[in-house]
Amino acid sequence: MLLEIRNLHAGIEGKAILKGLNLQINKGEVHAIMGPNGSGKSTLAKVLAGHPSYEVLDGEVIYNGKNLLELEPDERAREGIFLAFQYPVEVPGVSNSQFLRLAYNEKMKHLGQEELDPLEFNDYLKEKAKVVEMDKSFFNRSVNVGFSGGEKKRNEILQMAVLDPTLAVLDETDSGLDIDALRIVAEGVNKLCSADNAIILVTHYQRLLNYIEPDFVHVLAGGKIVKEGGKELALELEEKGYDWVKAAGN
Amino acid sequence: MTLQKVVKETNYSQAFRVRLAREKTGWLREMREKAFKFFTENGFPLAQSEEWKYTNVASLAKENFVLAELSETAVSEARSENLEIENDSMTAVPETSTFIFEESRASVLIFTNGVFDKAASRLGDLSSATILCFSEAAKDEKYAEVFKAKLGSLVDSEKNGFTALNTAFIGEGAFIFLPKNARIEAPIQLLFTTEEGKTSCPRVLIIAESFSEATFIETYVRSEESKYLTNSVIEISIADEAKIKHYRVQRESHNAFHVSTTAAEVHRGSVYDTMAINLGARLSRHDIKLKFNSEGGEAFVDGLYLLGGEQHHDTHSVIAHDVPNCTSHQTYKGILNDKSRGVFNGKVFVAVGASGTDGYQSNKNLLLSNEARVDTKPQLEIFNDDVKCSHGATVGQLEEEELFYLLSRGLNDSLARNLLTYGFAEEIVNKIGVESIKKQLDEAVLNRLNANLGA
Repeated sequence: MLLEIRNLHAGIEGKAILKGLNLQINKGEVHAIMGPNGSGKSTLAKVLAGHPSYEVLDGEVIYNGKNLLELEPDERAREGIFLAFQYPVEVPGVSNSQFLRLAYNEKMKHLGQEELDPLEFNDYLKEKAKVVEMDKSFFNRSVNVGFSGGEKKRNEILQMAVLDPTLAVLDETDSGLDIDALRIVAEGVNKLCSADNAIILVTHYQRLLNYIEPDFVHVLAGGKIVKEGGKELALELEEKGYDWVKAAGN
Repeated sequence: MTLQKVVKETNYSQAFRVRLAREKTGWLREMREKAFKFFTENGFPLAQSEEWKYTNVASLAKENFVLAELSETAVSEARSENLEIENDSMTAVPETSTFIFEESRASVLIFTNGVFDKAASRLGDLSSATILCFSEAAKDEKYAEVFKAKLGSLVDSEKNGFTALNTAFIGEGAFIFLPKNARIEAPIQLLFTTEEGKTSCPRVLIIAESFSEATFIETYVRSEESKYLTNSVIEISIADEAKIKHYRVQRESHNAFHVSTTAAEVHRGSVYDTMAINLGARLSRHDIKLKFNSEGGEAFVDGLYLLGGEQHHDTHSVIAHDVPNCTSHQTYKGILNDKSRGVFNGKVFVAVGASGTDGYQSNKNLLLSNEARVDTKPQLEIFNDDVKCSHGATVGQLEEEELFYLLSRGLNDSLARNLLTYGFAEEIVNKIGVESIKKQLDEAVLNRLNANLGA
């Protein structure tokens, strides 16, 4: 098993948000986490990535046989966890390619593999950029600065392509995208799916799931998973809204 | 009660008598006499004065720096008279040549101890400009008049002790005249060095006629850790539709004192794009005075101070919108480590008649140590309703969200912090259009951060 979450309780600023969440994920699987606003979807994503503002109150997270909660955020990343941010952060003055090469080489170092010099990395980056149809003019621009919402999300998926994670958590990657951008991002993610990795799609709407087909759908409400099923569950939610599952969570 | 003078006048008085003895009459003599009178009466600015509240020059007064200019002028004058100035002269300047930017190999003016050394300068790429020593400009049939009219017209030598001292000791400065429509491709480097134990008072007057275009790189360097005072004044007059870029790189010795004034007047439709990078000196102060003289002028006044140890840097800028429809954008950033101290004071005045003014001013500071400190005071004084003006200042640490973003990509904590700090500085450095300066500053920023980004 790649990831096992047992009875996870977590929150922010003393307020509990996740209240006993259980989840099991194997390699090769795509899981969708759906739920109404405030149900704890983003909290789950941030806790998995190790955001310092979030506090784990109880429970366990085992990733690749290791206690994930003991690892620093950067260690988690080098171990293959990737969070695509709901609101990607702008990093002025640092170029995309510089940033990505540093991140890539840190991971290579960790894995005991060869690092790439700027020229080699540039070739590698060009190849990866095709995944999200990203123009190379973005390489020399500051990370996310002046990018449109859609460009920022594509940039997240480009980073995912470069870092080749084992477990990718996509936090509302579909929000704010027009239909063309959504298609590009979703196709990019599909290209990156393999038998060696797993993806968690955190989303409010079913729309993204038309493009990326999940193996499992989990509905989060009140900090717990209240309903689980296959991809047809997403369609049902789209039709009925979240009220009927919210009731189940209470 | 008499105010305590923070300078020993005698040292300078002696030098001044020698200076006057060599110049019997003339407008320049009158100008320097007035300036020196102010200096003897007022000395260097006191910390009690509002403009110098955060920058105490008392430590400077304790030093017994000797005016470098006197002994050197004679040498330089003799040189410029006897030597046929060859363009692209290969005169060896071993000490300073390593500081010449690649793009300026044939367009560099060398100033040693404040004296413009035309013979050592390399002017091969500057044939479309006129470059004269002050002694030549004062006698020149064509330029004497404009030289007299403009020298000292943009600064007030009876208000600030440092400017007064500079004016009192005006020696062989550089007069740079860009004729109408002249377009100079090579960046013109002004390279200043001052020797241990000396006070230098370099002076430059730049006159850009209408539609002319040029880039200047004003560079202060000293490789050793020597102690001295550089006290420079640069005046720039930019006529209609001219476009002047002016980079200023201050990398003085870490024991040095550096005081400098940049004063510019901007005329109709002209653009003054300036950036000051402050890296060196134990104590440094940079005054910027910018004045819009007619409509449609545009100015970018950017800067960076990167301080560590016990360095102190102070930028004071005054941008005066006296006429309508001018634009000034000012972005200043500071990175302060250890026990360093930064001061930013930026005034933007918008006069009664200056409608359509577009003014923007920002000063952001990054404190990397608990003992570093910055005092920032952006000021807008607007006497007109029809304007678009904004300003702001921040002092803080690295953004937690930015840091987490980098960590979440696998960068370790120190690498992530260094990269963010580097990025903070790069936002300014990246605006530099001259590749070799940009590269050098990139390296300087990395060195200062002690960061190997594997670049």
